[in-house]
Amino acid sequence: MLDGIDFSLLALDSPGWGGALLEGFLVSIQLAAGGYLLGLAIGICGAVAKLYGGRVTRDLAEIYTIVIRAVPELVLMLLFYYVGTDLANRAMQAMGYSGFDIDGLTAGILVIGLVQGGYATEVIRGAIRAVPHGQIEAAQAFGMAPLKVLRRVTLPAATPHAIPGMANLWMIATKDTALLAVIGFSELTLVTRQAASATRAYFLFFLAAGALYLLLTLVSNLGLRLFEKRARRGLAEVR
Amino acid sequence: MPDIDIPARPTPASPARILARGVRGLMMPHRIAMALVALAGLVAMVLMMDWSWLPAYLPRLWAGLGMTLAMLGASVVFGFLIALPLGVAQVIGPRPLRWLALGFCTVIRGTPLLLQLWLIYFGLGSLFAQFPELRETWLWPYLRQAWPYGLFALTISFAAYQGEVMRGAFAGVPYGELEAARAFGMSRGKVFRRVWFPRALYRALPTLSGEIILQLKSTPLLATITVTDLYAVITRVRQATFLTYEPLLFLVAVYLCLSAVLIGVLRWMETRVPQHG
Repeated sequence: MLDGIDFSLLALDSPGWGGALLEGFLVSIQLAAGGYLLGLAIGICGAVAKLYGGRVTRDLAEIYTIVIRAVPELVLMLLFYYVGTDLANRAMQAMGYSGFDIDGLTAGILVIGLVQGGYATEVIRGAIRAVPHGQIEAAQAFGMAPLKVLRRVTLPAATPHAIPGMANLWMIATKDTALLAVIGFSELTLVTRQAASATRAYFLFFLAAGALYLLLTLVSNLGLRLFEKRARRGLAEVR
Repeated sequence: MPDIDIPARPTPASPARILARGVRGLMMPHRIAMALVALAGLVAMVLMMDWSWLPAYLPRLWAGLGMTLAMLGASVVFGFLIALPLGVAQVIGPRPLRWLALGFCTVIRGTPLLLQLWLIYFGLGSLFAQFPELRETWLWPYLRQAWPYGLFALTISFAAYQGEVMRGAFAGVPYGELEAARAFGMSRGKVFRRVWFPRALYRALPTLSGEIILQLKSTPLLATITVTDLYAVITRVRQATFLTYEPLLFLVAVYLCLSAVLIGVLRWMETRVPQHG
């Protein structure tokens, strides 16, 4: 098994696939980061809607999170991708542009962000509920507007509670980018498969890609731990 | 694993009372209005969209559903059996074994399932093809099909995630209980069988249903290695009929129902398990 492995296939220059793999890795990181940030924004809106919204908003947010959490990511991504590109095309045609094509990276980020948003909503909702109510009341008593209370008190105080869940979500986001390979995005997993089937060196390329994913996970784990330490400053140690 | 998928432990309630609560929750005016809008949308979907493909594909859809559920059930059972030693090894195993279990969990949880699936299917598949002797054995008919590879990948994935849960559960059993068992003169094996393992299992059960739902949501990946699960059948429908939305919406509806039924069954099972604090 080992004697057949030709490591020169991983070379960065053209006969080797190393460069293509790294490019795919970069695309994966961009997709994950963009989708994660979009998910965070959706999550904050969703959590606020669930906690402070009217009856209809609250129910709509509930339906959104239930659907996102009950349907496989792959199916959601396909649906969002087709619906999203279709709607964008129609909107553009209605406005008079023709031959418009939605940018692949944008579409991927939108799709991942919408899925992440459902989970982020639940994480942030739980974190906001963990903030002692007296702190929010005190801010209101100071005469702060609702948005200012959110920005200055609720969200900063909820951050340490949200970090473990949001860290999990970042790990899931990096791994969810691989699902975009099924739709045809040339991110790391799809490039790896192309490289592997072109050279028939399956183990070499899949293990190399696995190492890259693992590297990303471990490095971001380290960073997240540092960030958690900073966000938890002044709070009691967990157990 | 996101802890958001872990449902809060429900208070035991009779099905009739749950139903009554659900109906009362629905009777609020805005919910009735929303339900009517949803119903109108559903009717519009049924009337305006093209569902003529459905009857012809129904038998294949049933077969696909069976495949999905079989893969889910088998991988959960086998994965759980592997997760037990993984959890124990990480808590009391000798150091090399502990590192091995920890490394396994980290690597599997740190890489995408799709990548593992393709590594196992394409990689092992091409490796086995190099050994002509294998063709003569009883294993070959299985090795030629896709589903054993899929089942293997799903199983080790579930084992790694659940192994992490079991590690926490085994480590979380109060030490005093184990000491009390030892003080009664139980042997180490008996302590494990009678106290440590059952207590850890109770602690791990509430997270198990969340993990099983996550596992259900991983099964469509099998379609990428030609296992004909529900998702693969729908993909075939889309290729044959050139419809984009109808099959996907149907699939979303089926998975919603599947998740709802699964959550209901798992909650019911949780209320049947005796609670020990």
